[in-house]
Amino acid sequence: MSSNKKYWKSDDQLHGNPAVEALSQNEFVQEIPTDEFLGDKKTLDSTETTRRDFLKYVGFSTAAASLAACEGPVKKSIPYVVQPEQIVPGVADYYATTMADGFDFASVLIKTREGRPIKVENNNLAKGGFGANARVHASVLSLYDMKRATSPLANGQEVSWDDIDQGIINALNGGKKAVLLTQTFASPTTDKLIAEFTAKFPNASHITYDAVGEQDALDAFELKYGRRALADYDFSKAEVIVSVGADFLGDWQGGGYDSGYGKSRVPKNGRMSRHIQFEANMSLSGANADKRVPTTPSQQKLVVQALAGGSASGLPENIKTAVAFAKKKLAEAGSKGVVVTGVQDVATQRIVLDLNANSEVMDTANPKLTRSGDARKVAQLVKDMNAGQIGLLITAGVNPAYSLPNADEFVAGLGKVAVSVACSMKVDETAVKMTHVAPAPHYLESWRDVQIKQGEISLMQPTIRPLFDTRQFQDNLLKWMGSDQPYYEYMKSTMQAAGVTSFNKAVQDGVVYTDAFAKAAPSSQEDSSLTADAGLAVDTLQGDGNFELTLYTKTSMGDGSQANNPWLQEMPDPITRATWDNYLTMSEADAKELGLWLDRSTFFTEARHDANGGLNGRYAEVTVDGVSVVVPVMVQPGQANGTVGLALGYGKKEAIQEDMQTGVNAYPLMQGFKNTQKVSVKKANEDVHEFALIQLHNTLMGRGDIVRETTLEIFNTKDKHYWNPVPEVTKNHIEYEVTSPEVDLWDSFDRSIGHHFNLSIDMNACTGCGACVIACHSENNVPVVGKSEVRRSRDMHWLRIDRYYSSEDTFQLDDTKKNDFSGLGGDNGSLGGFSEMEDPAANPQIAFQPVMCQHCNHAPCETVCPVAATSHSRQGQNHMAYNRCVGTRYCANNCPYKVRRFNWFLYNGNDEFDYHMNNDLGRMVLNPDVTVRSRGVIEKCSMCIQMTQKTILDAKREGRQIKDGEFATACSNACTSGALVFGDVNDEQSEVKKLSQDDRMYHLLEHVGTKPNVFYHAIVRNTEEA
Amino acid sequence: MIQVKRRNSFYRIITLSAAFLLTLTTSLFAQDTAGDAVAGEALFKSNCGACHKLYKPMTGPALYNVVEKYDGDYEWLYKWIKNSQALIKSGDARAVQVYEENGKKVMNAFPALSNADIDNILAYTNTPQPAPPEKTIVEGEAVGGGVSNNIILGVLALVFVLLVAVLFLVNNTLKKFATAQGIEVEEPTKRTPIWKAFVQNQFLVLVTSILLLLGSAYFAYGALMSVGVEQGYAPIQPIHYSHRIHAGENAIECKYCHSSARVSKHSGIPSLNVCMNCHKSIAEVAGDGDYASVTEDYSKEFYDGEIQKLYKAVGWDPATQSYTGETQPVEWVRIHNLPDFAYFNHSQHVTVAGIECQKCHGPVEEMEVMYQYAPLTMGWCINCHRETNVKIEGNPYYEKIHEQLSEKYGVEQLTAAQMGGLECGKCHY
Repeated sequence: MSSNKKYWKSDDQLHGNPAVEALSQNEFVQEIPTDEFLGDKKTLDSTETTRRDFLKYVGFSTAAASLAACEGPVKKSIPYVVQPEQIVPGVADYYATTMADGFDFASVLIKTREGRPIKVENNNLAKGGFGANARVHASVLSLYDMKRATSPLANGQEVSWDDIDQGIINALNGGKKAVLLTQTFASPTTDKLIAEFTAKFPNASHITYDAVGEQDALDAFELKYGRRALADYDFSKAEVIVSVGADFLGDWQGGGYDSGYGKSRVPKNGRMSRHIQFEANMSLSGANADKRVPTTPSQQKLVVQALAGGSASGLPENIKTAVAFAKKKLAEAGSKGVVVTGVQDVATQRIVLDLNANSEVMDTANPKLTRSGDARKVAQLVKDMNAGQIGLLITAGVNPAYSLPNADEFVAGLGKVAVSVACSMKVDETAVKMTHVAPAPHYLESWRDVQIKQGEISLMQPTIRPLFDTRQFQDNLLKWMGSDQPYYEYMKSTMQAAGVTSFNKAVQDGVVYTDAFAKAAPSSQEDSSLTADAGLAVDTLQGDGNFELTLYTKTSMGDGSQANNPWLQEMPDPITRATWDNYLTMSEADAKELGLWLDRSTFFTEARHDANGGLNGRYAEVTVDGVSVVVPVMVQPGQANGTVGLALGYGKKEAIQEDMQTGVNAYPLMQGFKNTQKVSVKKANEDVHEFALIQLHNTLMGRGDIVRETTLEIFNTKDKHYWNPVPEVTKNHIEYEVTSPEVDLWDSFDRSIGHHFNLSIDMNACTGCGACVIACHSENNVPVVGKSEVRRSRDMHWLRIDRYYSSEDTFQLDDTKKNDFSGLGGDNGSLGGFSEMEDPAANPQIAFQPVMCQHCNHAPCETVCPVAATSHSRQGQNHMAYNRCVGTRYCANNCPYKVRRFNWFLYNGNDEFDYHMNNDLGRMVLNPDVTVRSRGVIEKCSMCIQMTQKTILDAKREGRQIKDGEFATACSNACTSGALVFGDVNDEQSEVKKLSQDDRMYHLLEHVGTKPNVFYHAIVRNTEEA
Repeated sequence: MIQVKRRNSFYRIITLSAAFLLTLTTSLFAQDTAGDAVAGEALFKSNCGACHKLYKPMTGPALYNVVEKYDGDYEWLYKWIKNSQALIKSGDARAVQVYEENGKKVMNAFPALSNADIDNILAYTNTPQPAPPEKTIVEGEAVGGGVSNNIILGVLALVFVLLVAVLFLVNNTLKKFATAQGIEVEEPTKRTPIWKAFVQNQFLVLVTSILLLLGSAYFAYGALMSVGVEQGYAPIQPIHYSHRIHAGENAIECKYCHSSARVSKHSGIPSLNVCMNCHKSIAEVAGDGDYASVTEDYSKEFYDGEIQKLYKAVGWDPATQSYTGETQPVEWVRIHNLPDFAYFNHSQHVTVAGIECQKCHGPVEEMEVMYQYAPLTMGWCINCHRETNVKIEGNPYYEKIHEQLSEKYGVEQLTAAQMGGLECGKCHY
C-alpha cells in the first residue's frame, strides 16, 4: 500500500508561491542577464562571430602554430675573426695554475674548451701543492658565479676605476692610519709588494687574517723555529699516527694529507700504518682510524700531556688505556711515529712539536705557509677602528663582517672608518658595508705566485679573460703606489731577479722549485710579545656551560667562501651524508637527556623519519658568552658524550642566491678565535627540522657482501678463502664459485679482444674525501636538484660514497652477531636482532665505499629495458642512450646497486631549479662532450666513456698503442689517495690488471652473479683485537 | 630599337678593336725603348703580383705607368726594385719619400732580376686598362633562349586545340549528313556507368580501399620519418660564399680552411683571418678570360660585393691596405645540425679513416650554395659503418686488435661495425 501523503520542502511550496512555480519550470527565476557580461545586446546581435566561428579560429590558430613549430630553428655559427693559434674548437687545452683563496691551496691543471675553463685536474708535477680537494674541484663553478661583483662601486653606485683610485690615494695621503686586512697570500712577490707599499706609505700596515685560523699552531711553531709557518707532515713515511683532535684528512692546518696517508694505509709486505685518533666530533680522520677514542676537547689536552710523559690522571679509564697503548706503539715506531693535534692551545701545540722532533714524518725545515693570520692583530684592529684611529681600511680576500666572532663590533667600527675598500669577488657581508668595492677577479683570471710549501713556488695564471670589470689586489696596490707596471710584469721581474731563469717554463709547469724565497730563521724571535701561553690569553674551555663545542669545517663548504656554489651545497657530508645544511652533532645519550631525541617512526608521535625516509631533527639553542644560535640537532654516532660539533661556513646572506642561503652562521660562537668552546645547549622549541640526506640506511647489518673487512693479523696469516671468500652455489650437488661459467644464467661474452676497462677501488686507501664526487659532477654535467628533491631521494649523483657504521663496536662483531641468530624470536632471534643492528653503535667503526655504476658484464638493467636503451659494449662499459630511453625506470628497479638516476624534471633552464644550469654564466661550465640530459630519462655513470674514447682516438690519430696510465676517468684522476685506479685489464702489464688479481679483490654483491667491471679491495684494519 | 642596339654594339666592337690595336702599338713602342711586355707579364705575375696590381693599390701601390711616374728614370727604378731597403738606407731622397708615402712597408728585394727583366716588367706595367666587356649581347641571347621553349609549347597546345575543334566539327558535319540522308546512326546502348559498377562490386571497393590505405600509410610514414631530416637544407648565408669557386675552380683543399677537421670533433668554420690569407690580395673575382668565375646568376659585381662584406667583417681597408681594428664577426647559418645527444668526431673520420669529405658532404666543389647533402640520420650513419672497412694500413694502433678480431670473424678486412662502431655508447653519451 503506497502512501498518498503529500511531502513538501517549504512553506512556499505548500502554499503555491508563484516563485516556486516558476522555479519548477526553469532553473532560474529570472533570465540570466547574459548581455551584461557579454556586452550590450546590440553588439551581441550585430556581431558575426558565432560560437562555431570562434572554435574554427581556435582550431586554425592551433594548427598554424603547430605547423610553424615543425620548422627547425635556425642555428648560427660564429667563428673567430682572428682565431688564437693555440685554440682549436673542439679540442681541450690545459693550463697549470694554482688555487689559493686563503683557505684552500692547491696546484692544479685547468681544462679549457674554446677558452672556457670547465674542469680542475691535479697537477702531478707539484709535491706540496698536490692534491685538489672537493672545494678546489668545485672552484671552477665559482668562476661563473652569477652573484659576483661586476664593476667598481662607491657607496653602492657604479663608478669608474679612476674614481676608486683617486679616493684611495687621497685617503692614503690623509695621514690617518691605513690598514691592509688580507687573506693569507703565501705569495713571495705579494709580500714584497706589500712591504714596498707599507714603506711608501708609513701610515699603512698589513694584517693577515684567516677566517679559520691556526693561531696556536702558528704561535707554537714560531716560538720553536722562529718562523710563522706550519710543520708539514709526510704520512706515507708513518708507521704510527696518533692524532689528538686533528682532522688531518679534513682541513686541519690546511689539509692536503690524503695522498701520503693513503700510501701508508695499503698493506704492503704485511705492513701498514696504525692510526689512533682521539677526538670529539666524528671526523674523516676518526672514520679512517684503526682505533678511535671519543675524547672531549679538554681531555684532549690531557691526552697530549700524557703522551709526552705527563700524568694521565683525570682521564677516564678507557682513554687512559688507549693513551698507554698509543704511547707504547709510538715508542716502538721510533722515528716513524708521529703525533698531530688540533688542540687550540699554544703549550699543547708546542709539546707536539717537541714530541715529533725526531720524527721522519714531520718536516720543519720546509714548512707549509698556507696559514699566517694573526688573530691578536685582528682583534686589535677592531678596537682601533672603534676608537676612530683608522682612516683607511682595505680588505682583500676576507669577509670579516661574516667570519669574525665579533662581527657586530667590526661593522660598528667600520662606520668610523672614513674610506674603506673591499677588494672582493663579491659584494659580501663586508663589502656591502664598505664605502668602496673594488671587484677582484677569480683565481682563474689572475696572476700570482704561491709558496704553499717552502721551496716550492706554484704559479697562478689566468685561464680566461676577466669576465667582469675586475682588477686584482696586487694591481690595485701598484696603481695606488703610483706605478704603471702591471702586477704580471712586477711578478715576472721579481721571480727572474730571484733566479727563476725560465719564467715561461715555470708558468707552463705551474710549479718551480727554488729556495730563493725561503726565509732563514731569524736569530732572535721576530715578535717579542709572543710567549709560551700567548694565544689570546683566554681558555675558552673554562666557564659556564654543559657542553664542549668543537667548530669544524665541512669537506664541502670549508670556510664558506664558496657558499654560492650549488655543487658544494649538494655535496653530501662524508660522515652524516647530509646536504644543504649545517647542524649540531650530538651523541645519542646527550640528545636523549636534553629531549632532542626523536624516536623511530611510530604512528602517533613526531618521528625521526618521515614516510619517504627523510630524516628529521629537533632544534637546540647553543649559547657562548651571551651569543646564541638556534641550530637543528643531528645525532652522530661516535660523538663524544658531553661534546657537540657545528660546521662553519653556512648562514651567509649577502651575494648569495636564495636557494643557497642554507644553515646557520657558527662564526659568532668562535669566541677568542678558538674552535673549541664551552657552551650551554638546551632545547630551543618543539619544531622539527627537515634534513636532506643522501643515504638513509646507516649500518650494514652484517652484510659482508657489501663491505668486506678483516684485520692485518688475519690478512697476514690466513688464506684468502678465510677472509675474502668468493660466494659458492650448488649445482648437481657440487659447489661452484658463483663466478664460474658453470652456474651462470647468461652466456659469457668474449671481451678478451681490444680494451676491457676495469675500475679498482681500494677501500683501505679511500678516505672518503669526496673529491671524486665533485670531479664527476663537473665532468659529466650532473645536475643539482636542491634540498627538497634530495630529501625525496631524487639526488642525481652518479658517484656516491656510501658510509657504513657498524652496529656493534666493529664490523667483525656485526658479522658474529648476525651469524649467531637462531630462530625468529628469543634472545638470539633475528626478528629483534636485525632491528637492533639497524642502530649504529655509540662509537662505531666506519667504512667508506664509493659506489658508481658497476658496469656489470651480466647487467640486470639491460635485460629489462623494453627499448634497449641500455646495452653493453665490448670494452666493458654499460652504455646508456638517453635519446632512446623512454623512462620506464625498470632498469633502476632491477639494478642491485641502485646507481641509476632518473631525471624527474628538466634541471636546466628551469626556474624551479635555479642553480648554475639556469643562467648563461653558470652553463659555461658544462662539458660540451657530454649530453645535458632532459626530463624523463635515466642516467648513470658512463665510466667516463667520453674520456676513454678520446684516449683511443688520440692513439689512433697518432698511430700508436696505448700505454698503461693513459686511460682515466674523472674520479680516478681526482683521487689523490690512490684508491681509484682505472685501466685496461686486457693489457697484461697494466696496474689495474695486477690489482684485479690481488687477494683483497672482491666484487660488490658477488653472489648476484652480475660480474661487474668495478671491483673493490677489502678493508684491512690494523687492530690488535678481534 | 633593336637596330639601334646593334649599331651601338657595332660601334663598341670597333672601339674595342681600336683599343686593342692601340695596345699593340704602345707595346711596340715600349719594346723599342725598354722591353717585352709579354715576357714582362709572366715576370710580373711570378714576382710582383703578390703585392702589386696594375690599376689598383694592393699591399703595394698600383704600378700602371710607373715609369712615367718616376720620369722614366730607369736607373733609379733598377736600384729600387733590386733592393729598395739599401736605396733607402743610402739616403736617396726620392726613395725615402716613396717609402714613407706607402706606409713604410718593406718591399722584398729582387737581386735576381736582371735589368732586361725589369725592362720587360716595366713594359708590361705600361699596358693600359682594357675597356669593360660588352654585356647587352649576352642579355639578348638569354632572353631569346628562355622564350623559345614557351612559344613552342604554346604553339603545340594551339595545334592540339585546333585538332579537337576540327574533329568535333567533322563529327557534327558527318552526323548532319547522316540525318540528311536518312541513315540511322546506331545509338549506344545504355550501360551502367563505370563508377556505379565499381561501387556495386564490393570486392573491388575493398581491395582498392586497402590499397589506398596502404599507399597513404606509406607516404605518411615517409613524411613523418622526414621530420627533422634537413637534407637539402641550403640557407641563405650572410656572405655568399661559393664553394664552387674556391673548392672547385681554384681546387683549394678542403682542410686548408677547415683545418680543425684533422684534429678535432668540429670541422670548424674558418676564422676570418684564414680568408684573409688569400683575400688580402684577391679583392675581386676574375670576371673574364679563361678563369672567369661569374655565372649567369651571379655577376662579377655581386661577387665583388661579397668580398667587400668580408673586408667589412674583418675590418680591412682595401684603400690603405690595413686593418682598421673594427671587426664584425660573421654569423653564418649552421647547415649541418646534429642533435646534442649524438657525438660525431671529424678527426676520427678524416684523419684516422681517411674518408673523403665528399663522401658525406657531397660534391661541394660544385655547390654554388652549400647545402646539406646527406640525410644525417642514424640509419645513414650505421649503414656506412656496416659497409666501410676500417683503414688499418700504417696505423699501429689497430695491429693487435685487427689481427685478433679478423681471426674471430674469419674475415680479411673488418668493417667499422665489426670493430664496435655500432655500439650505442660510441656515439651517444
